[in-house]
Order: sequence, then C-alpha cells, then structure tokens
Amino acid sequence: MCLGVPGKITQIEQGSALGLAMGKVSFGGIAKDVCLAYVPEAQVGDYVIVHAGFALNCIDEAEAMEVFKLLREMGALDERDELGVE
Amino acid sequence: MTMGDSNAPADLLAFTCPIPISDYPTITLAHGGGGRLTQMLIEKMLVPTFANPALEALHDGAVLGLPTTTGEAQTRLAFSTDSFVVSPLFFPGGDIGSLAVHGTVNDLAMCGARPLALSAGFILEEGLAMTDLWRIVQSMGQAAQRVGVPIATGDTKVVDHGKGDGIYINTSGVGIIPANVHISPTRARPGDVVIVSGRIAVHGIAIMSVREGLEFETALESDSAPLADLVSRVLAAGSEGVHVLRDPTRGGVSSALNEIAGQARVGIRLVEASIPIDDAVRGACEILGLDPLYVANEGKCIAIVAREVAEAVLAAFREDPLGQQAAIIGEVVPEHPSKVYMRSRIGGMRVVDMLSGEQLPRIC
Amino acid sequence: MRFVDEYRNETDAQKLLRGIMRTVTRPWTIMEICGGQTHTLIKSGIDRLLPPEITLVHGPGCPVCVTPLELIDRAIAIARQPGVIFTSFGDMLRVPGSQTDLLRVKAQGGDVRMVYSPLDALKLARKHPDHQVVFFAVGFETTAPGNAMAVWQAKQLGLSNFSILCSHVLVPPAMEAILSSPANTVQGFLAAGHVCSVMGYWEYEPIAARYHIPVVVTGFEPLDLLQGIYMTVRALEEGRVGVENQYSRAVSREGNRSAQQLMAQVFQVSDRKWRGIGAIPQSGYSLRPEFAAFDAGQRFGVAGIVAAESPVCIAGQIMQGLKKPHDCPAFGTLCTPEHPLGAPMVSSEGACAAYYQYGRAG
Repeated sequence: MCLGVPGKITQIEQGSALGLAMGKVSFGGIAKDVCLAYVPEAQVGDYVIVHAGFALNCIDEAEAMEVFKLLREMGALDERDELGVE
Repeated sequence: MTMGDSNAPADLLAFTCPIPISDYPTITLAHGGGGRLTQMLIEKMLVPTFANPALEALHDGAVLGLPTTTGEAQTRLAFSTDSFVVSPLFFPGGDIGSLAVHGTVNDLAMCGARPLALSAGFILEEGLAMTDLWRIVQSMGQAAQRVGVPIATGDTKVVDHGKGDGIYINTSGVGIIPANVHISPTRARPGDVVIVSGRIAVHGIAIMSVREGLEFETALESDSAPLADLVSRVLAAGSEGVHVLRDPTRGGVSSALNEIAGQARVGIRLVEASIPIDDAVRGACEILGLDPLYVANEGKCIAIVAREVAEAVLAAFREDPLGQQAAIIGEVVPEHPSKVYMRSRIGGMRVVDMLSGEQLPRIC
Repeated sequence: MRFVDEYRNETDAQKLLRGIMRTVTRPWTIMEICGGQTHTLIKSGIDRLLPPEITLVHGPGCPVCVTPLELIDRAIAIARQPGVIFTSFGDMLRVPGSQTDLLRVKAQGGDVRMVYSPLDALKLARKHPDHQVVFFAVGFETTAPGNAMAVWQAKQLGLSNFSILCSHVLVPPAMEAILSSPANTVQGFLAAGHVCSVMGYWEYEPIAARYHIPVVVTGFEPLDLLQGIYMTVRALEEGRVGVENQYSRAVSREGNRSAQQLMAQVFQVSDRKWRGIGAIPQSGYSLRPEFAAFDAGQRFGVAGIVAAESPVCIAGQIMQGLKKPHDCPAFGTLCTPEHPLGAPMVSSEGACAAYYQYGRAG
C-alpha cells in the first residue's frame, strides 16, 4: 500500500477553495497541489512524503544520510575482504 | 446447423466466438488499451474473420504488392489506418487533428514507406463548437502541408449530442515502399540492437497533465510529430540492416516490443538505466503510480537493427531534430522467445509483460 | 529526483547484497507487509538477487486485495444508482465482485470515476450539488488521514451530497493473526514504512516481544528494502528481537500526531472482514457515530449485501504467506489479470499480479 513519493514544497497557499491548508509540491520538475494540513511545521524548501494528495511527513535530511553512512561502513568491509584482511 | 452448411440460413449466433463471451459480454475500455485485450480482439476476432496475408503480418500498415506487367519489379504499397478518439481535444503540443495526421504518416513510415496521400473521416458530435472544428481542421492542414502529404479525400458524419466525444477522426494513408527496403517485425534476430529515438512517455503524461491538473515547471508538450524524414535518414544510414521500425503509441514501448518479440519469436533484453526519460515525466509517472514503459508516445520510433549498422543508425537518429536523445536501450536475444526482460537499475532482472488492460494508476 | 534516485544506486545495492550474503548462515523466512514493497522487490529483481537461504513471503498489505467481496458488491450497487458519481482509486476498479466489477459498471453507463485523492471527490461534490458523490475509502493506516480529513471537511462545509464507503484495515491485528496461526513460518517482518510514518512503530513493540521476532520498519526504494532485509537478517542471526527503524528519514516512534488526532475524531476501531482471511476483531476503522451521516453503506441502504468467496481462489493463504501464487492451481490458467478470480491477481500490488507480470513461475 502507500505509494508515497518525496517532493519539495515550493509554495504554501494562503487560503484555499476547500478551506484546507494547501501548497504546491514539486517532484523532479512537475508540481501538484497537495494538502499540507498534517505537516503544519513544514516550510517552503522542505521535503515531504506525499500520498493520495496529502503530505504525511517531512523528510528528515539528517536521517536520510544514515543509509549511506551504513553503506560506507560496508564498503570498508568489502575492501577488507578483497584484501584478505581478517 | 453448422458453419459449413450452405443450404441453411446463416446463423451468426451459432458461430463459436473464440473470445469467451461469458467473460466480456460488452466492450470495455481495456479493449482499447493497446495491451492483451486489444490483442485478443485483433487476433481472435478481426484477423481470422478478415483472413488475408497482408492483415496477418500485423505490422503498423499493410504491405500490398501492386500488379505488374511481366518483367517489372513489383511496386509495394503501404496502406494504413488509424482512428483518433483523444480527450481532451486540445492539449499542449497539439490537438486531435495534428495527432491524426502524424499518426498515419508515422504508421506508413514504420513500414519504410514514403507517405503519398491521406484520407480524413470525421464523426462530429452535434453541439461541437464551430471554432473548435476550425482549429482542428487548420491544424490538420498545417500538419499535412509541413509533411508534404495531401489529405486527398475524406468524409463527414454528424451524430446526436451525447453520442461522441466532440469529434472522432479516422485517417488512412498510402505510401510507396522503396525497392531496397524490407521492414518487418519478423526480421528481428538475435544479436540485433534495439534503439529508441528519444525520451519516452511524453505524450501520455502530457495528456494526463491536462486531465489531472498536473503542472510542469516547464510546460510539458506532447511529442506528437511526423517521423517520415527521420525514418528516411535512418534507412539511408542502415539500409538492409534496419530490420524493424515501430512507433510505440498506445501501450507504450512495452507493448510495441512485446508485439515484435511475439511476432519474430525472439527475446528482447532491455537495460533500464539506458532508457531516456525526462525528469519531469519520470516524476509524473512516480506520483501517478504509472510505469513509463506502458505510457503512450506519439513522436518516437523504435528501430531494431543489425549490430553492424547500430552506430551508424544511432548517429543518423541524433542528426535529426526529432532524434537527438536517441539511445541504444537493449538487444535481441535467442533466450526467452516472445518475452521482453529488463535489467533493473540495481542489477536485477524483471519481465516487462504485455499490458493486460488499461494501465491504471497505483495509489497504494 | 531527490530522495528517490540515491536509493536506486546499483553499486550501493550490490554492497548491501554482499552484506546480506556475508551475514546469513542459515535459512530464514521474512515477510514484507506492504504491497508497495512487494512491487519494488519484484520489479527491481531483488527477490532473485537474494541468497537462497532467504525466503521472502508477501504479506496482506494490499488493501485492494483484502477488501471483502461483499464490499465490492455494495460499491457496485451504489455505483449503479442514478444520480451517483462513484469515485475510487484506480486499483479498485478492476477487482472482481460476485458478478462484475466497477469498470464494467462504467462500461454499462454508470458514472464511475477514477481519482487520485479523496479531495478530488470532495471537489466533485461541491461542483455537482445535484449528484451524490461517493468515495470508496479503501486503505491501510496510510490512507486514513486523507479520508478522515475529507469527511471532516465535508462536515465543516455542510456538504450533504458526499459520503464514503469505508473499508479501512489495520496492520498490527493482521500481523498478530499471521503470527498466531499454527501454520506460521514467518520469522521476521519488514513493517510498512508509510503506515508507520502515520502511526509510529510503538504498536509493534509488544508484538515483537510477545512472538520473539525482529520487526524492521522499512521504506520502499530498492536500497531501503535491501537494508531492511540486512537489518532483519542480522537480528535473526544474532538472536535479537524487537523493533528497528530503517526508514528513519520518514518514520518516528510516535508517528504523526496531528494525523492520529484527526483520525481518532472521525474513525473508531471496529471488527473487519478480510477477504480470503476472514473476520479479524478490532482490525479496521469505521466512521464514528458523529460522522455516520457520511457513511455511504447506510445512506444507500446497501449494508445488508453479503457474498461468498470463490472456492478456487486461495488468496487468503497467499496473503498470509502460507502459499505462493504459483502454488495455486488456477494461477495463470483460470486466473489471469484478464479474468482474475480474486483480488491479488487484479491489484497491481497483489502478489499474484506481481508474480504474473514480472514473470515468476517458481
């Protein structure tokens, strides 16, 4: 379930037709109107995960780097293996 | 009463329909999607009923040999037809009129033919704005002039309000195939290289963007364009080495390649990372939950060519304004005949299956 | 695309695969909950790149697949009524009910429209005050905040022509149902990343403790899944139980509080039938009495429609991870995407459709 795609907030609207907090989110060059009611702290420039027209969470950029930290550690292990180091 | 009983009145209901009618008592949208159900309709109902070699080849157009006097080489005529039911009628980069002209010109080009003339049949819905019709007709005239192909004949009908989407257009076309050109899906063979002329999925996403209110930071226009000149260039560069040409319209690159793989009984292997796609189009596919391989293109060409001419053909593509992003995206292999596989970005293997019905966006 | 492309890098994927291969010493069975995760695994070919010791089973995380047959029949009954605009996500349109499906209802003249968001349905209701607009509210916890907001806002706006047909399901009860089954073979779970971004992952801690299993909250990109599997395998090899969070860029332990608050105002937890599995107590959401006016099942009088499942379809066993699609005698023969017998063959997330489309014959 849950096709949630990361996008960048490019605009926060003041007042909308449906009375909900709305904004524009860009996904690699295409923008869609998204409801921002569930990310009240989000600012223009922040990245959010969008599902079915709603931003569900802000992406924590520092945490996003954790995957790559792990990968660098694993890369070091690979090198050790290749060099035959115990 | 049986089919062969010529004394009894024909009872159409006694005819055994090979598509299980119990499954599909009515036509559904999926039958028009370009995938399996469309294929079923064609292969199980239309082809066996109309039964003739030109149709059975099932290429983008029929190749007909014109009768000759003894001693002359036979002239081959390409004959193609296409109907256009697109909604909205006007979209960024074109309209149903220019689409209709380009579509049939391209079908002829995919047979290796130089288009000679087109026909245009209009089914107009009562209530269609005259200004809309003017725009469409002018667009068709301009498109035909630019390609140098006359719309030489046509027909017009009007249906009651509510019985059509504003306007439906059918274009048919004829063209002459030069003697040294032999394009056919069955010519694809292991070792051949698969080339696409540019970035995929543009037309389908451009249409969706109007329908679904997607905004592109740089306006996305349909890639609808006539490919006859591009094809001439490619044929000049690759000559006999150009085995198959196909324009991946509805059903996308996947449907086109699956059809060819099936017709030639070869396998095709693609490399995901090599497939050219615009970032914004990819973004749209991501958020709509669509696979770009199944999204329609209207100004792109797939060429399956002998390995020896691949570089020359690629260069020829890239010299043309419509082929600048051309790329080699895969190859023809003897393994898994009739199936298309793809090496994913991370190095795994997946099957690129024939579309079942219409591609429906995923939400979950 | 940022936060997407980096997670599809081949070199990094190969590193994680090597890490998994270095770590695994014996067979393990891991279940990924979410259909979106199944989709990525098969589409990127990860399931075939993993070492043979690891068996992946695909869980019931396809809300389309678990929507009971009778709910589809109710949807169809509503969609057939004149003056109704029936809206739904794309995946639901092809799912077979007892006799037909929503796409065919559309073919026969019903006003059935595909939407991408419940807000699209809300907009339609405002635009067509003379029509009844119904939204097929299917989904796990990820989709619930949006649906809650749509209903909430409909009440604020005083819309009398908007309602939802609700089929929300919850992950933790499903996990418990699987783990408590005597036939269970699952030893570790990849929890659904976007469900957890809404609900947090604290609910899984007692489950992990009770059944002594590792649970790793996992994202949806290839690197996320590989890392999730790596973390699960490490925990299994080291004998560790409990919850870890691979998808920390989008998930926190508490989840999204504002979403949970609004959901609690609009929805209440209730018993739910899961297609192919049966009734699981307290496993879904239904509208609270204050919002009962927006319940399409009541408004259109279809709540009484019941249905019996196809005897041939083994969807339930597939969704519990007890069987694989190719174990089903009907797979690829009687049951194909063109004429599906059950939801997992129709939904693009369903295990059967994924297997069929991406060529898994066992």
